Amino acid sequence: MTDSFVTSVTPDGERVPSHSGEPLVVLSEVNKHFGELHVLQDINLTVHRGEVVVVIGPSGSGKSTLCRAINRLEPIDSGTITLDGQPLPAEGKALARLRADVGMVFQAFNLFAHKTILENVTLGPIKVKRMKTAAAKQRAMELLERVGVANQADKLPAQLSGGQQQRVAIARALAMQPKVLLFDEPTSALDPEMVNEVLDTMVALAKEGMTMVVVTHEMGFARKAADRVVFMADGQIVEEAEPEKFFTDPQSHRAQDFLGKILSH
Amino acid sequence: MLVSEFLDTLSGYDIAGAYWVNLKLTAFAAVLALVLGTALAMMRISPVTSLRWAGTTYVNVVRNMPLTIIMASMILVLWPQLGLTLADDFATNFFRLAVIALAVYHASFVCESIRSGVNTVPVGQAEAARAIGLAFLPAARLVILPQAFRGAIAPLGNTLIALIKNSTVAAAASVPEISVLMREMVENDANFVVPIFLTIAVGFVIIVVPVGVLTTYLSRRLAVSR
Repeated sequence: MTDSFVTSVTPDGERVPSHSGEPLVVLSEVNKHFGELHVLQDINLTVHRGEVVVVIGPSGSGKSTLCRAINRLEPIDSGTITLDGQPLPAEGKALARLRADVGMVFQAFNLFAHKTILENVTLGPIKVKRMKTAAAKQRAMELLERVGVANQADKLPAQLSGGQQQRVAIARALAMQPKVLLFDEPTSALDPEMVNEVLDTMVALAKEGMTMVVVTHEMGFARKAADRVVFMADGQIVEEAEPEKFFTDPQSHRAQDFLGKILSH
Repeated sequence: MLVSEFLDTLSGYDIAGAYWVNLKLTAFAAVLALVLGTALAMMRISPVTSLRWAGTTYVNVVRNMPLTIIMASMILVLWPQLGLTLADDFATNFFRLAVIALAVYHASFVCESIRSGVNTVPVGQAEAARAIGLAFLPAARLVILPQAFRGAIAPLGNTLIALIKNSTVAAAASVPEISVLMREMVENDANFVVPIFLTIAVGFVIIVVPVGVLTTYLSRRLAVSR
């Protein structure tokens, strides 16, 4: 691959050290409740441009909610979230514009079931970015080519395997040329043999300098592609570290306990 | 022969013409109800509280009101008291008022059918639409409603069937449709009460059954595969 998935990043494919990028996504004192449950507790997190942050933690720790809060699919109760210096708008057109800059890849793919693969990828560029249909199609085909499903362009999502659908979902998100891509457990709904094809696509993206927030259970991906691992438990960020350090020498008791459970076999 | 005598009696009436009035009432009311019902459904799923409230109130008030009352209020209140005139010609005016009454009433059922269709669309579809930057209206128009309509074909078909039969309530607005004609036939030819009644009933069966078959076929054919 010569050209990049993303247009606004380092062209040589080098990982940008996390501290050198400017802050892109900043969460400050974010709190959220689901009824009685305090799912996000005083969350402070800064994601720098070009950085890949992997969020891990036991289920119910609030990591998916954190991911969804960044493009306001979940509204927060208090605190602030800014994207590229702009606070998240509450609703309306301004919020829609912000969401166009934040790509999202869901656990359940969520491809538009009544539209073809190609239409799934061109819908946003045509309807949100007002791109010409021909140009949008051409760009979509390039993206589908890169994620390896261009030959399925005229099929409906239900005709594709889970791994193919998720790669289309990544192409759909990339078509909007987002500043940051959010992944909410992108491989959790996949059959085991399809996990790697999706992870390979994500690793390629990370190498090209895409800013990514990835909620996942894939420790291999975290080691291979992450600049930083954020460990969450009970709605709090318990520990943050570089992947190697986190996996070999976790500081907190909760992280040691969690890693012990998942790495023991 | 009794049968030929009955057929002679039938040929003295414009039965097809009267049914045609019912079909015209149905067609116009169906289109209006679909438009109004879709708008109501969008209000009921919108993020704006006041619109949701207005949509819910409309449905709950209108759905629980007898159609005959709505029809009569068109003729006795809206037209004479409030001066709503839809045509200079007396018969056309009443026909149009009857269409409005049917549309207003069935829109509430159309709304609920579409809402049940919306419930067949996984919430992830709306989230994905929002995530690529579509605002509520484009997301509804491009992603939610196209899938919701496919999921709503069967209940919409049921509403259409109800509308076909309810078009006879236009008799309350003095529209010369089939039930008006039936009453006239019964009065003139009382010896044939039962055959007249059966003839009219079978006519409705002939109209309604294909609608049911067609909507069942379409709801299977157009189902969104997930």
